[in-house]
Amino acid sequence: MTDFVSASKYAASPDRVGEPDRHPDRPAGEFICNVLSNEWVNGEYKLLALETPPRALNARAGQFFHLLCPTPDGAEVWMRRPMSVYRIDKDAGHLQFLYKCEGRGTQGMALLEPGDEFNIAGPFGIGFHLDPAWKNIVVLGRGVGLATLAPLAQMAAENGVHVTAILSARSAELVMSRDMFDELGADVIAVNDTDHSSDVDNVEAILEKLIADGRADAFFTCGSNRLLDLMKRLGKAHGVPGQVAMEQIMACGLGACYICVRTFEVNGEKILRRVCREGPVFDIQETVGW
Amino acid sequence: MVDLSVKIGDVEMANPVTPASGAFSWEYADVIDLNRLGGLVAKTICKEPRLGNPTPRMAETEAGIIQSIGLPGKGIEYFIDHIVPEYKKFTPPLIVSVSSESTEEFAELARDLSIPGVDVIECNISCPTRNTTGGNFAMQSEHTKEVVSAIRAATDKPLWAKLSPNAGDIVSIAMAAEEAGADCLVIANTFLSLKIRTDNFRPALGNKFGGLVSPALKPIVLRMVYQVAKQVSIPVIGIGGVTKAEDVVEYMLAGASAVGIGYAGFRNPTALTAIIDDLEAWCDDRGIKKVTELIGAIKDDDMEMDTLTAASSGV
Repeated sequence: MTDFVSASKYAASPDRVGEPDRHPDRPAGEFICNVLSNEWVNGEYKLLALETPPRALNARAGQFFHLLCPTPDGAEVWMRRPMSVYRIDKDAGHLQFLYKCEGRGTQGMALLEPGDEFNIAGPFGIGFHLDPAWKNIVVLGRGVGLATLAPLAQMAAENGVHVTAILSARSAELVMSRDMFDELGADVIAVNDTDHSSDVDNVEAILEKLIADGRADAFFTCGSNRLLDLMKRLGKAHGVPGQVAMEQIMACGLGACYICVRTFEVNGEKILRRVCREGPVFDIQETVGW
Repeated sequence: MVDLSVKIGDVEMANPVTPASGAFSWEYADVIDLNRLGGLVAKTICKEPRLGNPTPRMAETEAGIIQSIGLPGKGIEYFIDHIVPEYKKFTPPLIVSVSSESTEEFAELARDLSIPGVDVIECNISCPTRNTTGGNFAMQSEHTKEVVSAIRAATDKPLWAKLSPNAGDIVSIAMAAEEAGADCLVIANTFLSLKIRTDNFRPALGNKFGGLVSPALKPIVLRMVYQVAKQVSIPVIGIGGVTKAEDVVEYMLAGASAVGIGYAGFRNPTALTAIIDDLEAWCDDRGIKKVTELIGAIKDDDMEMDTLTAASSGV
């Protein structure tokens, strides 16, 4: 029962690789992609590469796809799993997802093999935004949050914006996306828990220096509540605007069900916003953490 | 090619496939052509703005998801000014779902929503996480009759009543709603459910209880649709576990004139239009000229056991 629609005898609603786009006017879609590779990058993370129909490649950094993951254990995985896109290669027609094999959805995803079909829906949500006035941005991420921030470096490079990337992880081996940031010309500062360089005090000192050096026109973060709090505090103190990509348990992905809401504070008032529709990228100053 | 059109009372629909309230919004136009749907069913609206329930609002179980959203919304004024116009960009009839904790306010809502552009008022008298007198009127016949009568008196629009699968005897509740003037019965809302986390002994949902949404509901709700359709003369819409065209056929054979789809649209955002395509092909393959031929066409006249009586009397 994994995929009602593509298992149907008649229906041709999801778009497939190599077939004409039957819904060219729609900003998003449901796509049956071909798995190209799905390799371990370390003991916890895998990198999935997909061949997709062209419309899926309109994804922007920070947007997500809703993935119909195979079962890891024989029992049904009922809902899709939202995952931000790691790399968009329009020329090759490929999308990549970098993910940590943790829950049932990602454990099922880890079983995909080259040649398999994989149903993804999207691109959904609002991605990162680069203001033309920004020349230097600071990207601060931790763990799997770095996979979300990596395509921002791609977008910054395309727009001639310089990136300083502070990459945080439990240990040096688990620093994700370093190659991608290096390749795109970012200044990379890797910090980890093992040598305590990832402590908030140290990261705060790094950020303070970047602000003082005029290297921080805007902040971007994902993957850690304490790093979000830090960027919110420093951003407020120094007038640095910021964006954060957030997660929530999600059902429809399109804004209909109101399952993925989070609390935000706008002009002193607490409001709920849908991560799938008003996000997943939000103004750092409006967040209330999680 | 088969004629898929159906009529729910005076409401004409291009086909029997509609979304279920709460599982759909105009935002699905990002992915599918909404003009292809039988109807557009808006998320239940309440009079005043509501934030809804605490998160998590959804949890997976072995046999589907449980969810408790709590009817968040910006209230009726915002709905009329901003949401109705979003739906009116599309052609299918607009079914507006309303809910309230009081009979008087329910009637007031129906009256205030009886405006051009709204084609049907669906009264959600069966929100599973509310109590009998607090919005879940459909647990008991007398409450159902009272609230539906009040709403009926407040609007000339077609009135659909959404019933609860959690009631002991849904047939008497359906009859009460018909007697009170409902034009159609929508069967059913979600099943009241609970999931407890074994790692911290806490309920998995922020609101403790939730409604079960699953293909597993189909045989149960199908039975309810069958029982009710035998006893009422107004149309019935079946909602519960529809994931493919054959499920639509099954509900129609049981006596439904149309179906509502929730979960399948979460799982496959293109499910609704895919199911319409499939239903058309299914009928064409079998030489069925009008989809309405299927309504109540179950062949069970030769079966001896009167399961209708058995189930109604609690055997």
